[in-house]
Amino acid sequence: MTISSDSLPQAGLSPEGAAASEAAYDAGQAAGLFQILAPDGEVVRPDLMPDTGTQLRLYRQMRRARHFDERGWVLYRQGRLGVFPPFGGMEASQVGTAAALSADDWLFPTYRDTGAALTLGLPIARTLAYWRTSPHGWAMPENLKVLPFYIPIATQYPQAVGAALAEKRKGTRNVAMAYIGDGGSSEGDFHEALNFAGALNAPCVFILQNNGWAISVPTRSQTRATDLSRRAEGYGLPGVRVDGNDVLATWHVTAQAVERARNGEGPTLIETVTYRVKPHTVADDPSRYRTEEEGAPWREKDPVTRLRAHLLRTGVLNEEGEAALLAEVAAEFEEALREADTYPDPAPAEILDHVFAEPTPQLRRQREELLAEVEA
Amino acid sequence: MVAAINDALDVALARDPDVHIFGEDVGVMGGVFRATDGLQAKYGAERVFDTPLAEAGIVGMGIGMGLAGLKPVAEIQFAGFLYPALDQILSHLGRFRHRTRSRYHLPMVIRAPYGGGVHTPEQHADSPEAILAHTPGVKVVIPSTPADARGLLLAAIADPDPVFFFEAIKLYRSVKEEVPTDYVTVPLGQARHVTRGDDVTVVCYGGMVEVATRAAEAARQAGIGVEVIDLRTLVPMDTDTVLESVQKTGRVVVVTEAPRTGGFHSEISATIAEEAIEFLRAPIVRVTGYDAPYPPFTAIEDVYRPSAVRVARAVRKVMAY
Ligand SMILES: Cc1ncc(C[n+]2csc(CCOP(=O)(O)OP(=O)(O)O)c2C)c(N)n1
Repeated sequence: MTISSDSLPQAGLSPEGAAASEAAYDAGQAAGLFQILAPDGEVVRPDLMPDTGTQLRLYRQMRRARHFDERGWVLYRQGRLGVFPPFGGMEASQVGTAAALSADDWLFPTYRDTGAALTLGLPIARTLAYWRTSPHGWAMPENLKVLPFYIPIATQYPQAVGAALAEKRKGTRNVAMAYIGDGGSSEGDFHEALNFAGALNAPCVFILQNNGWAISVPTRSQTRATDLSRRAEGYGLPGVRVDGNDVLATWHVTAQAVERARNGEGPTLIETVTYRVKPHTVADDPSRYRTEEEGAPWREKDPVTRLRAHLLRTGVLNEEGEAALLAEVAAEFEEALREADTYPDPAPAEILDHVFAEPTPQLRRQREELLAEVEA
Repeated sequence: MVAAINDALDVALARDPDVHIFGEDVGVMGGVFRATDGLQAKYGAERVFDTPLAEAGIVGMGIGMGLAGLKPVAEIQFAGFLYPALDQILSHLGRFRHRTRSRYHLPMVIRAPYGGGVHTPEQHADSPEAILAHTPGVKVVIPSTPADARGLLLAAIADPDPVFFFEAIKLYRSVKEEVPTDYVTVPLGQARHVTRGDDVTVVCYGGMVEVATRAAEAARQAGIGVEVIDLRTLVPMDTDTVLESVQKTGRVVVVTEAPRTGGFHSEISATIAEEAIEFLRAPIVRVTGYDAPYPPFTAIEDVYRPSAVRVARAVRKVMAY
């Protein structure tokens, strides 16, 4: 697949003028959004509809992600997760983008990208272990090139450029994909990464999930820019702005960007415009900085119900088929939870493991001290 | 303690129109720990404002504000997220007075919650104070009580030079005491005796003071007199108070939750070794974190972070030498 100008939304479709007024911001949100499915599930770009197999695959992954998100809350309340940053409402933004990768590609996720990591194939049990703050959540599967969720903001972006360059040097067609939030795109690392990727023609796909908020700071206070995809222009890259709640659209533009990168045509920045329906983390209280009403229109744009409406209407899925799918997704999760429950607590001395290939004399001594402490 | 910090900021804003407070989520939200709660409503969004999420930008902008005559008081959301700003700090913050022969100076304060004990995720519990203490030209303050936090913060804001102000997350809501209501400062560079004793000197600061004090109490019951010294400020360090105590006790335990190698505890130990070795009756013992990243693993965090039990054991060790 190559990128064609009619299917790739161009950056810069937002209204001119960078006045940082709310009106300009809202207009920017509405303009230039690439869509395949409208919020009611109607097809707006029939020419770009993927086959029904792909539709079902994306739906299934969104359901897995949502199930994790919903169970994550409950498990946290039960004291069975240490912390959890929810992503419910952002499933299309994460699933559609990650689903465009192959197992040989790199994924650099932020803490909010559980849905993307699950889509690439990170086992649910490992993911649960991570949010349980267990070292078993750091043991990344050998068959995947996914990094543990990044907690510091934006640091992973230049690293993705490096991984992408390495793949290119080794002559593979593998790409690296990195995620960031609207807030994270203020950090210097974001800008350095985009510039490096362009200058060095790295096979990189940059996903910028604009979910409206960086903890309490709305995007319009974060930056005067009203269309974050246009940042790509400054670095000579294509920038794409996509409806982040339309999984067919996120999948389509990401697949094109991945293909371009594989073909040596360079990096792309994709801004997925979505909304953080839930609090920043399970410990956050959003009533301090926003109203319930603000989120209401976004609940109508829910990515899962959007594709569901389309699938049911076209008969690709019926109620029975869906019930079976949901049961399967739930069973898979509970099985993984049972597995995660069997992971033993770390032994105290494990905190000193994996610092170096060979422990230094200091670490050896500290291990002895630690063991003596624990036994005493 | 967080209320005392909030009050100090309030007093500073009221006293001096040049004081400006900024950082991530400090405005409407009032900070993730509520240290700036209500200040934007009271003083307006020009003096208390949210910045974009970019630590190098926050510190670099603060440097410019300070050069041009304001009093910037920046918040870095967690000390573990200070690292993107290290270029601004190491290359510039501490050097301006020196490299302009005092033509310019930076009356900037950077507040950052630090340290463990509250089961945070990765990188939220770092204790990077030694990096700052190792940077010429910046002061480093780490209070351990509400009254100190208030008085030291007011002194830091009044100080003509850049000051790092680390706040132990564990203490924000766990320690309470009456604090003054008017403008009262605690001078930088004066350590505080938390307990008095003749047998062992325990030097500590910030989140470790409470831990060391519990250890001292246990030791007292066993008939050992422990003098707990809260340094309060690492730069400038109150060497005199430490040495005086060491001359009396001859035994030293130094406590921090930072990693072992190259920590500020090593600076304290080296100073004592240089200045008071003839008084020492036992080798100095350091109780610290380990040379591994601070573990977010709830189950074993308490092994990494020094406990009162570990400090008490170190006290017995120097007594038994
Ligand atoms: C370098 C750094 N600074 C600050 C933080 C604290 N912090 C964690 S999440 C967050 C907001 C991030 O917002 P955004 O990038 O928009 O991502 P979102 O959480 O909305 O997915 C902040 C300030 C951090 N983790 N790393």
